[in-house]
Amino acid sequence: MLEVKGLNAWYGESHILHGIDFEVREGEVVTLLGRNGAGKTTTLKSIMGLVPRREGSIKFRGAELVRLMPHHIARHGIAFCPEERGIFGSLSVTENLLLPPVVAPGGLGIDEIYTLFPNLKERARTAHGTRLSGGEQQMLAIARILRTGAKLLLLDEPTEGLAPVIVQQIGRTIREIKARGFTVLLVEQNFRFAQTVADRHYVVEHGRVIDMIPNHRREASMDKLHEYLGV
Amino acid sequence: MFGFSRPQSIAFLAMVALIAVCPYVLYPVFLMRVLCFALFACAFNLMIGYVGLLSFGQAAFFGMGSYVSAWTIKFWHVDAVVAILLGGATGAVLGLFLGYLAIRRSGIYFAMITLALAQMVYFFCVEAPFTGGEDGIQQVPRGHLFGVINLNNDMAMYWVVAAVFIAGFLLIHRIIHSPFGQVLKAIRENEPRATSLGYRTDDYKLIAFILSCMLSGVAGGTKAIVFGIATLTDVHYSTSGEVVLTTLLGGLGTVFGPVVGAVVVTSMENYLAQFGSWVTVTQGAIFVLCVLAFRRGIVGEIGAALRLGL
Amino acid sequence: MIMIFGIPGPLLFGQLLLGLINGAFYAMLSLGLAIIFGMLNIINFAHGALFMMGAFAAWMLLEYAGIGYFPALILAPLIIGAFGILLERTLISRMYKLDHLYGLLLTFGLSLVIEGLFRNYYGSSGLPYQIPKVLQGATNLGFMYLPNYRAWVVAAALVVCFSTWAILEKTSLGAKLRAATENAPLVQAFGVDVPRVITLTFGGGVALAAFAGVLAAPIYSVNPDMGDNFINTVFAVVVIGGMGSILGAILTGFGLGVIEGLTKVFYPQASATVVFLVMVIVLLTMPHGLFGKRA
Repeated sequence: MLEVKGLNAWYGESHILHGIDFEVREGEVVTLLGRNGAGKTTTLKSIMGLVPRREGSIKFRGAELVRLMPHHIARHGIAFCPEERGIFGSLSVTENLLLPPVVAPGGLGIDEIYTLFPNLKERARTAHGTRLSGGEQQMLAIARILRTGAKLLLLDEPTEGLAPVIVQQIGRTIREIKARGFTVLLVEQNFRFAQTVADRHYVVEHGRVIDMIPNHRREASMDKLHEYLGV
Repeated sequence: MFGFSRPQSIAFLAMVALIAVCPYVLYPVFLMRVLCFALFACAFNLMIGYVGLLSFGQAAFFGMGSYVSAWTIKFWHVDAVVAILLGGATGAVLGLFLGYLAIRRSGIYFAMITLALAQMVYFFCVEAPFTGGEDGIQQVPRGHLFGVINLNNDMAMYWVVAAVFIAGFLLIHRIIHSPFGQVLKAIRENEPRATSLGYRTDDYKLIAFILSCMLSGVAGGTKAIVFGIATLTDVHYSTSGEVVLTTLLGGLGTVFGPVVGAVVVTSMENYLAQFGSWVTVTQGAIFVLCVLAFRRGIVGEIGAALRLGL
Repeated sequence: MIMIFGIPGPLLFGQLLLGLINGAFYAMLSLGLAIIFGMLNIINFAHGALFMMGAFAAWMLLEYAGIGYFPALILAPLIIGAFGILLERTLISRMYKLDHLYGLLLTFGLSLVIEGLFRNYYGSSGLPYQIPKVLQGATNLGFMYLPNYRAWVVAAALVVCFSTWAILEKTSLGAKLRAATENAPLVQAFGVDVPRVITLTFGGGVALAAFAGVLAAPIYSVNPDMGDNFINTVFAVVVIGGMGSILGAILTGFGLGVIEGLTKVFYPQASATVVFLVMVIVLLTMPHGLFGKRA
């Protein structure tokens, strides 16, 4: 579904990505693992077109995305959930939820979303998006992109800064989404969490993909992983 | 010398030489106009170039300096130097009050607030009796400097203006290269850092503003004496816009940019005055072109091409 | 005759109405400025010039095409709004990557060019524009005579201002605009064509100014300086209201118009400066403006 080859990216003068290669097949949950500053978030942002200077190839269902603008990339069926969650403070919870336009058929309806995220239904009347707790904001950030009909979801560190109970909830949510046929590319530093949801892991270091570990073979690779992630 | 770098010293000496020679080649009155506006632009440049704040209301200080100098020399018969200093003092005091109100904001807000405050000064001048309203203060005598030198002689007046300009120019330069100036530079580059180091940044910015306003008042006062008139145009926002244009065209933040800008703009206005409103259109067009494609200004581009800081 | 605070009733109410009218223009113009500033982070110095162009468009439509006032109320904003879009696409959009001050300087330059050209072509004396027949005359309210056209101006301004507010605060389009003001790249990543939204927002703000221009045409004669006369006070209004809120711009505009009108009655010499005096007080006590967001 998604094929990234030789992706290079710059922020101004800084050369962050030095040739990222990986692929994501339809229906998979794939993680990008690595330490801080490895380039994982930059990779997601590059796919989404949010990094000003990028070169290489990003093919989504055969279409080349690397030269496109973010709103065109979104319309191909990719949705982005940023690290900071990006909940708009001047919008109400419902407005936040309904903001991303529908880009393709097949997205979840409002009722389905409220079934998946009952907390959000309770808080729907809240006037300001930022009044939600961190966990609720994360749920909202994921919920709103499920409505759009996008088939590939890019999630940037969804569990960061959240309590273990909420982390488990997010894990359940991701497995549920997967069961409904979404494809997820996940950036994570927390391997404990990543192994509960992912099919495969790519390890990113210094702007390159240096290894790929299928989830069912993770036991055998534990030492390598400890070294990569500095855990 | 004076903290100028080598190329700057050369440029400075060249400038002084030109100032000394030009009145024998060009009309002294035209040159005096250039020098007054050059000083005004240098004062403006202090704020935008070294403090990083765009003041869109400098006409208030230029114009009030003009009015006060005109009034004191005409009705109190003070010496020209005293009148100019009073003009500068007016600029400084007004700068203190208006600056206090504006300094807590920055960027666009500062620009808008200074514009609005200057507009207030303009409306005040329209109403206030001492400004003479639409007529302004006319027939301002130049008098005798120190009671001896007859300033009605254009050449004599010219040397006075030249001296005022050079003094102001060097004063600005000294300010920039003093410890005070270093703090200003730090504030411009990273204000939160400067605050965390214990500097009361608003105070520093305010003092710089007051100095800039003082010199604007000096420029205005000098202009009033040279041309014998102080009018509402001096406090009108078009004068504020003009000094911004002058500095932008010459080169924001450069040492000699404002001077070059003043030469170009004054010459252009001189030439275009016969064409009525085309002056405004040309000014606007230059603004647009400079902002789009020529942001470093004349001196900035020359400096970049020669790789010198000018 | 009713006397209020020693002033004859009709005089007081007459001035209040004049104040409301000025306030209507302040509100419409500062609303346009606030919208443009919110989306583009640029102070549109050319706003006064575009207001003037709106009035001229109405005059030209009548003079050269025989198109009257009411169609002009729609056509002029469309024409001048389109011109604004052209400006944004060709010139203003180049300013987004630069320091915000350059945008201010660019629009200032544009205002000089526009006003200079009109002054050259049409001179500074005003061109007359008739009040449309249906709005001529006055209504006797008992305590004062209410000139119909002026009442129409206030009513039209109120409708336009509050419609704009409603669109921004209550519709999904408005939600997209508010979100784009907060985090434009993310909104774009959701599939919204943000550059186009920005262009249309600028066009909308300009159209609002042009609409105000058409309303102004019969009252103030159509002349190249009419933008100037308003815009400097409007900047003070904007500083007082704070740049944060749409509602703030509307309320501050009307409010200051009324204050100005009342000052004309009780203390005429200060009427030109009272708005600025209010600004001074606000700057001393609430530097971010009455409705501004604490930075």
